[in-house]
Amino acid sequence: MTIKVKVEFLGGLDVISNSIREHKCVVPYEEGEATMKELIDHITKTIISDPKDIPVFIEDGTVRPGILVLINDTDWELEGMEEYVIESGDVFTFTSTLHGG
Amino acid sequence: MATITTTTMEKKPIKVSALCELCHSRKAVMKRPKNLQKLCKECFYHVFETEIHNTITSAKLFSPGDSVAIGASGGKDSTVLASILKTLNERYNYGLNLVLLSIDEGIKGYRDDSLATVKRNQKQYQMPLEIVSYKDLYDWTMDEIVSCAGIRSSCTYCGVLRRQALDRGAAKLGINHVVTGHNADDMAETVLMNILRGDVARLEKSCSIMTESVGSPVKRSKPFKYTYQKEIVLYAHYKKLDYFSTECSYAPEAFRGTARELLKSLEAIRPSCIMDIIYSGEHLSLAPKKKKTTVSYKNKKKLNAETEINSDGSVSLPKKQEFKDGNICEKCGYLSSNKICKACILLAGLEMNRPKVSIDNNTAIDGAAKLSKTLEQLSF
Repeated sequence: MTIKVKVEFLGGLDVISNSIREHKCVVPYEEGEATMKELIDHITKTIISDPKDIPVFIEDGTVRPGILVLINDTDWELEGMEEYVIESGDVFTFTSTLHGG
Repeated sequence: MATITTTTMEKKPIKVSALCELCHSRKAVMKRPKNLQKLCKECFYHVFETEIHNTITSAKLFSPGDSVAIGASGGKDSTVLASILKTLNERYNYGLNLVLLSIDEGIKGYRDDSLATVKRNQKQYQMPLEIVSYKDLYDWTMDEIVSCAGIRSSCTYCGVLRRQALDRGAAKLGINHVVTGHNADDMAETVLMNILRGDVARLEKSCSIMTESVGSPVKRSKPFKYTYQKEIVLYAHYKKLDYFSTECSYAPEAFRGTARELLKSLEAIRPSCIMDIIYSGEHLSLAPKKKKTTVSYKNKKKLNAETEINSDGSVSLPKKQEFKDGNICEKCGYLSSNKICKACILLAGLEMNRPKVSIDNNTAIDGAAKLSKTLEQLSF
């Protein structure tokens, strides 16, 4: 079994994902067995096109400060951050706030 | 604050700890960086809009009947600013006449796309739009400037020229007030940079919500001065506002970029630090400069009374004590703290290096940034 989720790269973050903003992700874990940690790991391996761009997304083992993370439109700080257990149908939004206004 | 004591049973049980801390009835979706309060979407909109309204009224930014130009880049800050000002203007009867003012720096693959966003905003918000271009004002596009002066100083040129361009655009519209989308993060970043550079003169000025220079007909203000970038992005996201989010083709100034990253890392540990830095910036004031009294010459009095003649026959004029606000540039008539304004100095330098012969249909200049980016990514 796999977990199917949607991942969005917004706010200019799509520069590191071949300019594609929406990604359908198939995470190779059983339902209930994967947390945000596994998802982030999966994203860095599958969505980020150039390994050189990984530091744009990851810093010190977690999502870089300045990137806003939403889980089903809720701030991930309210959902337990890396500890959140992902479920099929979830939508994860990563928005860069560092890009110019 | 209204507290609801009897909560209706929800279909899906929500933990009490996951409820909005204001209405206590809906699920919280965000945590305010300012005070760590957890809010639902509706309460967030309300608090966000009301805080900006309070900033505007307590600083007395507008009076009824004012015409105000919104500096619009198509990015998140100015798009949210346009949307919010429209909302507040209608809700609280500010009586403002709002106009969008955009600057076309002439950066292919960046500004042309973001201007398309502004043009959509114009329709969405029903506001008139004025676009002034560097090419028309200065006879240079940023692409041409970069191809002539190099990519490293691009932000210096662009910043100096944009400041003037906004003023001139406003003057053209007969408007004397420009609002910009500078937010709390930008303010903190500027304070931090000025401290790191020891630029204390600028530190005092950089924190005021409204800047007005003597002799300049155009004042500027920042209604988002106390608004966190995170909340602006969330507001744009939840309200599904149409904004443009591609980074400028020319690399941002390295020093600013590093200061921004430092600030973001600090914010992750202590979210209030952005407000705290602004607070510090607002309350730091310079001690008056001490006059040098230690050095005294025998003929001090004589020097003041007589004009000294140099060996080559020239006369040294008494040095100006400090720069005065309200001087006018001799070349273009724009406000300047020196005889010639910074834009004119930069442009004069460029003119000397402008290629004398231009090749027809020269594609090397248009989109120079795009090309150099592509070249950077090539590997052998």
